[in-house]
Amino acid sequence: MKRRAIEFKIDGITVKGSAGQTVMDVADQAGIYIPRLCDVEGLEPQGSCRVCTVKVDGRPAAACTQPAAHGIDVINNTPEILSYRRDLIKMLFQEGNHLCSICEASGRCELQAMAYRLGIMEPAKYPYLQPVRPIDASHPDILLDKNRCIRCGRCIRASQQIDRKNVFGYIGRGINKRVGVDGRNLADTDVDVNDSAVAPGTCPVGCIIMKRIGFHEPIGQRKYDNAPIGSEIEKTRSGRGKE
Amino acid sequence: MRKVRKGISAVVYRSCKAFNHDRTRILDILRKVQTSLGCISGETMEMLAEELSSHRVEIEGLVSFYSFFSEKPKGKITIRLSDDIVDRFAGVDKVAKVFSDELGIGMGQTSSDLNFSLEYTSCIGMSDQAPAALINESVVTKLTPQSARTIVRKLKQNPVTSNLVKKKGDGNNADPLINAPVKNNIRRKGDVLLADRLPAEAGLKKALKMKADAVIQEIGHSGLRGRGGAGYSTGLKWELARKAKAKERYVICNADEGEPGTFKDRVLLTERPDLIFEGMTIAAYAIGGTKGILYLRAEYAYLLPYMESSLKKRRTAGLLGKNITGKKGFAFDIRIQLGAGAYICGEESSLISSCEGLRGEPKTRPPFPVEKGFLGFPTVVNNVETFCCAARILDKGARWFSGIGTDQSTGTKLLSISGDCTRPGIYEVPYGVAVTDVLDMAGADAPAIVQVGGASGDMIGRSSFHRKISYEDLPTGGSFMTFNASRNVLSIVDYFLEFFVHESCGYCTPCRVGNVFLRERIQKIKNGLAEEADLRYLKDLSNTIMMTSRCGLGHTSPKPVLSSIAHFPIVYASLTKERTDGRQASFDIQKALEESRRIAKRQSMIYDPVYGEAAD
Repeated sequence: MKRRAIEFKIDGITVKGSAGQTVMDVADQAGIYIPRLCDVEGLEPQGSCRVCTVKVDGRPAAACTQPAAHGIDVINNTPEILSYRRDLIKMLFQEGNHLCSICEASGRCELQAMAYRLGIMEPAKYPYLQPVRPIDASHPDILLDKNRCIRCGRCIRASQQIDRKNVFGYIGRGINKRVGVDGRNLADTDVDVNDSAVAPGTCPVGCIIMKRIGFHEPIGQRKYDNAPIGSEIEKTRSGRGKE
Repeated sequence: MRKVRKGISAVVYRSCKAFNHDRTRILDILRKVQTSLGCISGETMEMLAEELSSHRVEIEGLVSFYSFFSEKPKGKITIRLSDDIVDRFAGVDKVAKVFSDELGIGMGQTSSDLNFSLEYTSCIGMSDQAPAALINESVVTKLTPQSARTIVRKLKQNPVTSNLVKKKGDGNNADPLINAPVKNNIRRKGDVLLADRLPAEAGLKKALKMKADAVIQEIGHSGLRGRGGAGYSTGLKWELARKAKAKERYVICNADEGEPGTFKDRVLLTERPDLIFEGMTIAAYAIGGTKGILYLRAEYAYLLPYMESSLKKRRTAGLLGKNITGKKGFAFDIRIQLGAGAYICGEESSLISSCEGLRGEPKTRPPFPVEKGFLGFPTVVNNVETFCCAARILDKGARWFSGIGTDQSTGTKLLSISGDCTRPGIYEVPYGVAVTDVLDMAGADAPAIVQVGGASGDMIGRSSFHRKISYEDLPTGGSFMTFNASRNVLSIVDYFLEFFVHESCGYCTPCRVGNVFLRERIQKIKNGLAEEADLRYLKDLSNTIMMTSRCGLGHTSPKPVLSSIAHFPIVYASLTKERTDGRQASFDIQKALEESRRIAKRQSMIYDPVYGEAAD
């Protein structure tokens, strides 16, 4: 059955999609980048980081979970919304312990890349929470540096939805909500180095690290060293000449 | 060693079997395990996972989410002191000190003989008789240092909590199935809910003679809106659930009354269980529902046996089950789901998650519960008071109900009044009543600060006492706290933020992290270390949290901050002074030097009076 075609506007640009898609899906197709961290191609969206907050007919909503509908008016790129996104990114930085200069993920870290894209160049106005988070080095091949975890749950969903396992899961509540493993530590679980849950690109930051291959890719040649995050989606737009 | 393992696995097996190994009943299973073993350890989690075809991390996710479960061993008797702002002002700290001294353990600790645990818990719905505590499932109220001492001595002699009740409360509190010292404190009876001698099942009987559509129309015409606080039209909610295509539909009663300072549902659950169940049955008939759940907060577990017996009586009387009151083809039954200590479960989609045996986290909306709710079926979730009103509307008519209150807020509202007043308790008032009249009724002692709607409500001062309790002006789910001028505005705001930080589920960034930052800055102001720029910071941060949060908790948690800044500008101004010495007010040179002194093992040449002597 063919889904009903719909048409609506994002920042005044007319976009086309079909019923059943999210606002994020349609925006991606149209080459309009809506910043996001917890949402990633191939996994069910969960709308938890809130970085993709847009306004739909004047009301805030997470683009990754918001169903697209005919005739809606989506606002994505305004100073107001950018300031919310900056605040959220700053919250994620200050919540954990992020030291870009010594982090293995620097240059391909989505949190860092998002901060640059949104123009965050200095320490935030918020206090550092400096949590004490243990490192899980129990597994022979995989290291978990939870200091860098941003609770996006991509590893959890990849394990459940693609690997059909439950290696990771959320535990705790509130500011203590965190990603736990299915056992006393990672070595206790049935994780495999070939699992999607631990594949490059699943963890947006430097929490899930493969042992012994750190820093193989030189700084300067990493994913976001030369082009900002989101440019891969925006590339498709110029070709279409939508504006 | 082997024998112990056998013991645990036997408990796990028995607990799972009691609920037919039903994964959705895992909260009940965990509760049984927690009660039997005093904790749910990693080893126990693994056994439970095995037994329920689940995963250890999933069980750990639940145990670590709900306050009433614990991975670490708890004492045979757990004393949970209600840590509400009203309890604090009533001197709960002095009571806590006596408990702590008598038991020889600090707050949050368990005695080495595993006999006692002592901790603070969020508001237990007893603000009209504060300070109060839960001792296992039993409630003790109006605590004093003296009574705390007596309680500990009694428990040490005989660890049975039911022996603690010296004087039973009024009404059904004295029923052997409740047996609690809790007082109803009903101060004002209105026509809708608390009137004496309400005709039994009158609404249900009339409803069953009508077509389902007509029942929904009647509720719609009455103007009834949700009593939990959000104020959604009940008629519209029922209509949407009825229209949704599905094999099954559910009716859920939200009795997870967790808003600090609210206790009106406690009184309805105690005195009007049949009216609640009647309302739920009417809703089921109207939407075509077959199953109902009443979600009772864990803090009200002492009411469970009485409510279960009410359900049993209804089944015997043909008011639940098949062919209700002889109406062919109308079948409906209700079960009670006990919560496990989580404020967020009062949010309707979190409540559904919790009923399904999941972490009590809100669901992604749309789809809304009326389309896809409990286990994916259309579900109506209404507050205890809303169901009671619905039953009364069917009996007395929409016009009667809409004749009470204001245009946009029809009917009466139950207020739970607590704080600095001589007559704390339950007041049934028509919507549109002015704050000043409410304060008079309650005998408020020189009211200076009034918090309407609990932690997620508005804080107002004298200049706003003319305002009216209604959806269009000052909405409240029932909480109404009054404070005199001796109370510190910032202490109250700080308490609310502490509450939200503790109760945020942590799902989304702004609520999880933002509330921690709000509290940090409010404390800075409270300690007199803030500057004017901090107020701007608080407003901006509040705005981000409200605009980007995923559910009602984050949409409202900054309200105490914003409304107190708006209504008590002088308090904030007096605490935020610009410095003239060029330093930030929050910079404390002595504190900053502390670490250097420790590392250098000497004092400061400039800032310490005696230079050169070892600091330690």
